[in-house]
Amino acid sequence: MKNDIILSGVGGQGILSIAATIGLAAVANNLFLKQSEVHGMSQRGGDVQSHLRLSDKPVYSDLIPYGRANLIISVEPMESLRYLPWLSKNGWLVTNSTPFINIPDYPPIDEIIKEIKKIKNHIIIDADTIAKEAGSARSGNIVILGAASPFIDMSFVSLENAIRKLFGRKGEAIVEANLKALKAGRDCSGE
Amino acid sequence: MKKLLLLGDEAIAQAALDAGLSGMYAYPGTPSTEIMEYIQSSKDASDRNIHRGWSANEKTAIEAALGMSYAGKRAMVAMKHVGLNVAADGFINSAMTGVNGGLIVVSADDPSMHSSQNEQDSRFYGKFALVPCFEPSNQQEAYEMIFDAFEASEKYKLPVLFRITTRLAHSRASVQLKEVLPEKKLQLPADLFQFVLLPSIARKKYNALLSSYESLRYENIISKYNSFKDGRKRDIGIIACGIAYNYLMENIDSSIDDFPVLKISAYPFPKDLIKDITDRCNEVLILEEGAPLVEEALRGILDNGIKIYGRLDGTVPRDGELNPAIVAKALGLPVIYGEEVPSLVKMRPPSFCKGCGHADMFNSLIEAVKSYGPGRVFSDIGCYTLAALPPYNAINSCVDMGASVTMAVGAADAGLLPSVAVIGDSTFTHSGMTGLLDAVVKNSSVTIIISDNSTAGMTGGQQSQATGRIEQICEGIGVSREHLKTIIPLRKNHEENIRIMKEEFEYRGVSVIIASRECIQTATKRKRSEASN
Repeated sequence: MKNDIILSGVGGQGILSIAATIGLAAVANNLFLKQSEVHGMSQRGGDVQSHLRLSDKPVYSDLIPYGRANLIISVEPMESLRYLPWLSKNGWLVTNSTPFINIPDYPPIDEIIKEIKKIKNHIIIDADTIAKEAGSARSGNIVILGAASPFIDMSFVSLENAIRKLFGRKGEAIVEANLKALKAGRDCSGE
Repeated sequence: MKKLLLLGDEAIAQAALDAGLSGMYAYPGTPSTEIMEYIQSSKDASDRNIHRGWSANEKTAIEAALGMSYAGKRAMVAMKHVGLNVAADGFINSAMTGVNGGLIVVSADDPSMHSSQNEQDSRFYGKFALVPCFEPSNQQEAYEMIFDAFEASEKYKLPVLFRITTRLAHSRASVQLKEVLPEKKLQLPADLFQFVLLPSIARKKYNALLSSYESLRYENIISKYNSFKDGRKRDIGIIACGIAYNYLMENIDSSIDDFPVLKISAYPFPKDLIKDITDRCNEVLILEEGAPLVEEALRGILDNGIKIYGRLDGTVPRDGELNPAIVAKALGLPVIYGEEVPSLVKMRPPSFCKGCGHADMFNSLIEAVKSYGPGRVFSDIGCYTLAALPPYNAINSCVDMGASVTMAVGAADAGLLPSVAVIGDSTFTHSGMTGLLDAVVKNSSVTIIISDNSTAGMTGGQQSQATGRIEQICEGIGVSREHLKTIIPLRKNHEENIRIMKEEFEYRGVSVIIASRECIQTATKRKRSEASN
């Protein structure tokens, strides 16, 4: 078993919570894991990515080689395209459709969607709206994780357990909201 | 024993705690910040009352750590690579004095300059100071090495350099913990002149230092991290240093029996192992994260020995961090890319947060300085450096911590008036205060804007030594009360702030304007934690 996952978004959008959830689940499943993060300057509204590698054998490189990622999980549509050189031919791209516009030359969103649809395996969801409907407007990132969950080789239950562990300190209400967000995302994946 | 999922930085911090650390010293700097942060948030550290406060800068940090070592206890100091330049005086001379309690100096390099103004390879500092240098390849190794680094430090009575790079610092992996060692007791050095570097004493100590460096090569606590594994090939062997070993293994894992591989993770590197590989192979490929330290040593000036491939002949790019693709190409293996990035994808550089006080300050400064023409604003290291980018284009320098003040002074000396410095609060107490003293002593015509957000913002909101003290510091240094102004950088004060700035630009002497407003990120965090308590 080997999953190479790229997480992408804009600084402050919560990709590290997605990474932490998958990471906790991987540890519970006794998998080897490496997860490279971006800290520092880029966190101020710049593009950020995390390389997440799970395997039943030791993982060497902290970075995923080009063309080897099985999955791109993106909380921002334009950012999902920035990492295509890493996506393998049969890999999946799962992205939020809501743009985060903090640059003057942000391209028209319909053109971005058109580019995403050129990728053979893609899922585009409006995670922000789904999160709101699930009663947790701030859990758009976890909705995206839910939508990507069928392409991660770990059980859905193990992701749920990881959510409980990660958000446990923040109280039962936050845990429930994120579990609901995860499930709502999963239901959008068509799996 | 327990297993934890830790960043490289956190693995180092956890290891130090487990190896009997008594004092942690640091100034925040990407990618090293999380080492101190981990210790500050550790329950174990708080129960044991381990020293864990930030220092004003890297020099004060390393000197305080040396003081703790003098008193017989284990100390660690952490900084980013350019911080080691600031700490260099203390670092080089700590090799001369030697240590009492174990002392580890962690330097986190940032090849490819993700969050830095230059690339430096700290391993050169290890050679320069003649001390052991460890370079872990992964999180587990980093954890284990810290124990040995303390032991080597105490055995050889030397500080130990611990060099990591961004990818290891900020990458998480599972780490198996070891048994916790007790802290050392307070104990003075056996020789109370050990730390007195008078020339007559220093000469003797330097000779001892020179001769100990050669014996370090064959010290097991150090050399066990260097290993040679033979392979079938005789045409080429590979030397991989630190994290480069991971990129190598990523590429040759399935054909590992083919390649003779020498892994180097501790310095001074072993001559016998180098001979092992060069005697067996016709050619050698050298993979190093950073500068070609080992490669230069092997080539020598004449470069007339065995054929060597590496960063100096272009097999590997001369600059930037390594990755699996660079190493694949160096090995002659194919690299298969996915789809190209569509051309509509735009750059998304970092920018000021919504509601940032620096941004309002710059909006006023841009207006106030406009009539004098461009090229008059010297700035510094911090979030406010982002004002170099559009739409602001508002600063003309960013060199090193504190250089805004001193460059403004030098430009004013040359006759550039007004000459303006913009520096953050934490950067000011790090290295701006001494420059301000120069300005006051010679009554330079400079206007120094201290953009005070009451935190070290860029690195994630660490405590700033300046908080609540800037006015007193400026007055104490000798800035006159009439030209020490405080403004609140808010849109509603825009016109008033322009007026104050313009007034001070016209003053022929030292002015300090403190533009004071809490960082929006730390303010949000503070309010959230107040609400939950």
